[in-house]
Amino acid sequence: MADITYREALRQALREEMLRDERVFLLGEDIGAYGGSYAVTKGLLEEFGEKRVKDTPISETAIIGAAVGAAMDGLRPVAEIMTINFTLVAIDQVINNAAKIHYMFGGQFRCPLVIRTVGGGRRLAATHSQNLEVLFAHIPGLKVVAPATPYDAKGLLKAAIRDDDPVVFIEHSLLYSTRGPVPDEDYVVPIGVSDIKRRGRDVTIVAYSRMTREALIAAEELAKQGIEAEVVDLRTLRPLDMGPVLDSVARTNRAVVVGEDWRSFGIGAEVAARIQEEAFDELDAPVLRVSQLEVPTPYAANLEKLAFPGSRQIVEACQQVLNIQVGAPVAAG
Amino acid sequence: MAKLTMPQMGFDMQEGTLVRWLKQPGDQVQRGEAIAEVETDKAVVEIESFHTGVVKELLVAEGTTVPVGTPIAVIDAGDEADTAQAETEATPRPAAPADPAVAAPAPGMPAHAGAATGPAAVAPASVAPSPRVQDGTRRPKASPLARRLASEYGVSLQGIVGSGPGGRIVKQDVLAAVTAMRSEASGAAAAPMAPATAPVGPAAPAPAVPVSAAQGSDALVPMSRMRQTIARRMAESKQQAPHFYVTMAIEMDQAMALREQLKQLPDVPPVSVNDLILKATAIALTRHPRLNSSLEGDAIRVHGAVHLAMAVALEEGLITPVIRDCHNKSLVEIAREARELAEAARAGRLKPEQYQGGTFTVSNLGMFGVEEFAAIINPPQAAILAVGAVTEQPVVRNGQLAVGRIMRATVSADHRVTDGAQVALFLQDLKAILENPLRLLV
Repeated sequence: MADITYREALRQALREEMLRDERVFLLGEDIGAYGGSYAVTKGLLEEFGEKRVKDTPISETAIIGAAVGAAMDGLRPVAEIMTINFTLVAIDQVINNAAKIHYMFGGQFRCPLVIRTVGGGRRLAATHSQNLEVLFAHIPGLKVVAPATPYDAKGLLKAAIRDDDPVVFIEHSLLYSTRGPVPDEDYVVPIGVSDIKRRGRDVTIVAYSRMTREALIAAEELAKQGIEAEVVDLRTLRPLDMGPVLDSVARTNRAVVVGEDWRSFGIGAEVAARIQEEAFDELDAPVLRVSQLEVPTPYAANLEKLAFPGSRQIVEACQQVLNIQVGAPVAAG
Repeated sequence: MAKLTMPQMGFDMQEGTLVRWLKQPGDQVQRGEAIAEVETDKAVVEIESFHTGVVKELLVAEGTTVPVGTPIAVIDAGDEADTAQAETEATPRPAAPADPAVAAPAPGMPAHAGAATGPAAVAPASVAPSPRVQDGTRRPKASPLARRLASEYGVSLQGIVGSGPGGRIVKQDVLAAVTAMRSEASGAAAAPMAPATAPVGPAAPAPAVPVSAAQGSDALVPMSRMRQTIARRMAESKQQAPHFYVTMAIEMDQAMALREQLKQLPDVPPVSVNDLILKATAIALTRHPRLNSSLEGDAIRVHGAVHLAMAVALEEGLITPVIRDCHNKSLVEIAREARELAEAARAGRLKPEQYQGGTFTVSNLGMFGVEEFAAIINPPQAAILAVGAVTEQPVVRNGQLAVGRIMRATVSADHRVTDGAQVALFLQDLKAILENPLRLLV
């Protein structure tokens, strides 16, 4: 068990799967000679050669289109889209092709495709700093994964490559340098299984991707106040595994759902709705959401900082569902 | 129209005197609001209106005594009370449940503001629930979990004060009410108390919300009905009855020996030290009836019977079940009844007549190792006996130091009714009986 970065965990997953299955190949912008915009694929061109690590033109349509075709023809492409913002260019091929081919051709074709992409930019302005996971999580026929730790990143990427359905694999730009323990031996983390990252009895925090880290920081802060928060990491957004969330809510009776996406029609809205549908009688307070402010992400650093959610907002939301007034004057006597 | 009738307050109340009207014709009155002062043979109590409306007519003049059940006032309750319940007992205040009108939040109170203002938006500080006006049917605001628990435990959300935002009733409020009802309620109310699927144990002392665990932060725990009753009655007692205290040490060697001997008898049920004290108190009270009295206006009612109340500690408060006619009961009868009543009290199965009408109270903290303490008089009684543990202590007998088993007994007495010397004589007798305990058997 070594302590490695999220970036290194992803590289290990790609390399191990390429060694394991020669049908696996990579394609994307600057992934070969340059080593990838976030350096995930560094060294893989040298090891596997141009046939299996393909630099492409700056055309997301070409990348996804070629990947879909290759997948239909029996290969296992892993396409890298530099940031999730650029998937918009190719979204027709993701939603109308990749997601529907297996269904519309009556099971004659499969589309075992992985689209690796990156959410959560910082200091990149409104068009390059979006968290668009909900666009894909909305679509039947896709699987959507958003890991928070190096362990989950590696295990889920390997599971995604071995999966016979198209998987949108969403990394996070601020997680690449974070570290965590990863086993030396081969393992996968199954797609569609949520994970309790911290036990607590007082309030359930549901999060994914980088917000899981923020939730864990918030839980530390809350623990100092005597509040034991339970943190459930969704890990996969579609199919959504609500079991651990509902079990947790049955114990804590209160929930806060955290996403870095916008609040309206977001992941938090979906999770909150499912909680009230399936655990209504367990709730002792309304389910609250923590999310990005509903503005295009500002470029100005001070404004950008205000727009994104973090541990402070999670702490406040937990206090609110617990009806704890902070800073309220204590009545004399 | 609704008619209020003279309520029966206590099992033996036959009639009541209307001392003072607190509302006049034309006045608005809320359900649960005091409408009159009524004097019974025990005390003057405020009675509450069972209806919200306008006082239409007062049927009984101040100073008049009428039998229980006699209509005393007419209240125009709008369309609320036109139907079946034409006559409703006014509710005696001391025994009244928590005011349901206070339990529900005002309609239209915002849950919280700024739903769409972003992650940092925190709802304003919770607003104190305000009394509901003229609406007897509004659904109380409660969390889904609170509703489920209330249904499982068979408690009504009406009458529970919500501690959540905007007065929302949450889990801890229901659990506190369940605990209070368990302690306080009569058999009928306590029967459905076992929930179908009990997810929790007795939870009121430690609210489920972690504020109790939070270091340095406060927990606001609503008072149970029992707690409220204790608070009101004890404050009244201390404010109105001038207490004085007399303590005496009693050698219990003989009494303990007697108890050991009784234990050997196969057909005698177990007799506790407390049972010996109860029996001795009953005997002593028949000789000192002034301590077995109640103040009534300008007169003192000297009770002909000794109805001994004994304090039983519960999780959330205490209750004083009454052993009736102790002056006529044997030690063994008292022991058996005391045990049954204590069990019923702890199970929440006491009926009102089992805890009302006591004429004197005995409180015993000996089982906690307390050596001596002073209790607050249980009104309208005139005195209360507080006994501590039997402990081995040095005593001087015939000029020699010896080890004796000593118990300290303290009487708190109402100086309006009795005086120090009378209490001292009572204690002297109590001491003599316990130190020569054969008297307990004859």
